Amino acid sequence: MSGTEAVTATRRAIDTLALLLVMLAIWEVLHRIAGETALPAPIETLSYLIRTVPTPRFAENAAATAEAFVFALILAYGMGLAIGIWMGAHRLSGAVGEPILVVLYSLPKITLYPVVLLIFGLGISGKVAFGAMHGVLPVALLTMGAIRAIPPVYLRAARTLHLSPWQIIVTVLLPAALPEVFTGLRIGFTVTLLGVLLGEMFASKAGLGAMVMNAMSLAQSQEMVTVAIVLFAFAAIANALLFRIEHRLHRRVRD
Amino acid sequence: MTRVGLIRLVVIAALIGALELACRTGLIDHRVVIAPSEMASALMALLASGSINADIERTLGVIAVVIALSIALGFAAGVIIHALPRLREALDPFFATYYAVPVFIFYPVLIAIFGLSPIPIVLIGVATAIVAMIIATLNGLDRVPRVLIKVARVHRLGRLATALTLQLPAAAPYLFTGIKLSVSYGFIAVIAAEFILSPAGLGRDISDAYTDFNNRRMYALILFLLIIATVVNAGLHALDMRFAERRGGART
Amino acid sequence: MPAAVHRDLHAQFAGVTRVYPGAGDHPEVHALGPIDLELRKGEFFAVVGPSGCGKSTFLEILAGLQRPTAGTVTFEGMAVSGVVAEGIGVVFQEDASFPWLTVWDNAAFGLRRSGVAEPELRRRVDDALAFMGLKDFARAYPSQLSGGMRQRVCIARTLVLQPRLILLDEPFGALDAQTRLLMGDEVLRLWRQTGATVLLITHALDEAAMLADRIGAMSARPGRFIEIIETGWSRQRDSTIVAEPAFGEITGRLWERLRGESLKALGHPGMAQPPAALAAE
Repeated sequence: MSGTEAVTATRRAIDTLALLLVMLAIWEVLHRIAGETALPAPIETLSYLIRTVPTPRFAENAAATAEAFVFALILAYGMGLAIGIWMGAHRLSGAVGEPILVVLYSLPKITLYPVVLLIFGLGISGKVAFGAMHGVLPVALLTMGAIRAIPPVYLRAARTLHLSPWQIIVTVLLPAALPEVFTGLRIGFTVTLLGVLLGEMFASKAGLGAMVMNAMSLAQSQEMVTVAIVLFAFAAIANALLFRIEHRLHRRVRD
Repeated sequence: MTRVGLIRLVVIAALIGALELACRTGLIDHRVVIAPSEMASALMALLASGSINADIERTLGVIAVVIALSIALGFAAGVIIHALPRLREALDPFFATYYAVPVFIFYPVLIAIFGLSPIPIVLIGVATAIVAMIIATLNGLDRVPRVLIKVARVHRLGRLATALTLQLPAAAPYLFTGIKLSVSYGFIAVIAAEFILSPAGLGRDISDAYTDFNNRRMYALILFLLIIATVVNAGLHALDMRFAERRGGART
Repeated sequence: MPAAVHRDLHAQFAGVTRVYPGAGDHPEVHALGPIDLELRKGEFFAVVGPSGCGKSTFLEILAGLQRPTAGTVTFEGMAVSGVVAEGIGVVFQEDASFPWLTVWDNAAFGLRRSGVAEPELRRRVDDALAFMGLKDFARAYPSQLSGGMRQRVCIARTLVLQPRLILLDEPFGALDAQTRLLMGDEVLRLWRQTGATVLLITHALDEAAMLADRIGAMSARPGRFIEIIETGWSRQRDSTIVAEPAFGEITGRLWERLRGESLKALGHPGMAQPPAALAAE
């Protein structure tokens, strides 16, 4: 990194830090206005967080959410990729199905959660199904887009190289489609997590979402904000990592 | 209607038909899912009785307020941030991560602060939708071709005239995408909030019907919400597609 | 500012240089000058030179879109500063037609805020569109037209304002060769009928040789005029003059002067364009 680039980067980091400090200051001000029970002070919340996160109670809830989340993610990714590849490769199915998927994506799926609960019951399966319902759509849509966007000349070139269909898929189509597919996986990660949390907030006794609702009913605002902060940190870091990988994939394809 | 559109209609009809058949033959237990025809008739009865009118007004009213605020404030914020590049750079990581984190988890905190009123619902709705509008505004203003700004100077237009007669129409297709997203997110956030905890509204109605084992009422309300959300979102999407020609194709 | 020395003087450059200040990683760039030039009223002046020599910078300074770092520019006796003077029209290389307006509304755009009465406005717009052969497309949108026609819309929009100095910044750069020749005829027709002074920037030697009364050959960066060639063509010329022996002589002469400059432009390591952010001031 050259001299002036380093200066710019440092300045940006300072700006962002300054912004964070401003946000903390606003938090403190709002705390003064809203009162202790409604919105806790930043420093007390931080100490509460440090005390609570290592406890077994927190670990159990986090594990419950994590379990549902992982299963939901596997389902969302698996079904999403399958649907996306099929609709991307088969033009007619894609043309017919895409608007349906797009509309489903924009619907408030929580409306269907009671149906999910009726079908799957109140246990973990309901949360998994609900989370997967959320995640499958962006994965499918973006995978479909990625397959469609493969320049036809790649296929022509591949055929002139006398590759078998399987080889074409693995060595040409997949690498070409991977960056955009990965975008779908990243967005799917986010919405699946949201789906699982929504499910827990509505009807569950275990998990971080339920923990927040429980804390609300007991007016434990520090607990609510703590869980929110932990979730934000997890989601932000995971998203940043996935985005790094996605960026590398994009650069590779373009070069 | 195009051939593809026709096929799509047939597919949807077939799926609904299959569900109807499965319900009527008892393949699907009616305590889990009721037949679509029954859903429809239950909905008609509900609407005719007028008993849910207050809740319809409440939910749609809150959604409308959320959308209006998100679009107006989001656009204004976007314009301001676009004019201050240093602020924009500082905010960039914030915007990039915003939709990666479950902002909705703050809804209970808002209830703790503001109590059980429409206010926390409006706040969480705006919090969810506004950033989409800000990002779309920034994107749209970025995409105004630089040559148009030069043309504005050749015609000696002032800053306000340039903004209104050139930048705004040039950015319009991207702004519309922001509007479309704000509407969609507004719907999702408000209804989710009503489900989780709310004194009134269609979401609360469905939640109550579920806990009361009143399937007919529950499915009628679900159908109603789905129809409204579908019509609004699909309509905006169709409009957005028309704008898409201007976004991607026109300049070659 | 003192009045024009030469009675036919329309615009003047005196000791004009343009230096782009350094920013971040980029060192400062001496893009243009010093330039000394007198533009005569009603003449057709072309500027040719290798890529990146500063021709567009030259045009933008004359238009008032950029300020010179040193020297003075005058138009009709008045100093040119950061505002585009009334009476100057500019056509850019990029497509600047507004996709959300019809061809007619595009052309009318500049006139709408000048307070001209409606019947007069309509007459001028109709005339300009007819002049550019766009009468049948008045209700169409630019996205429905070809690149060449969209440039004509931009020219019509400029014409409506009846400018006395018309600046054309490589307006046909994006068009194919045959269309360029035809557009050249259009520009000549336009020049004759409006009686305006025309300044054309181009990298195509044959285009300059065919269209201009005088051609300024510009060196590689920093751009300076190494020669001004008088073509001596009659005002009634058109694209058929490419067959004249004089045409070949002029293009030959231009290439003789510019070949070395073009090599410099290709080989010189510091020939990158200035950062885009600095170019618009």
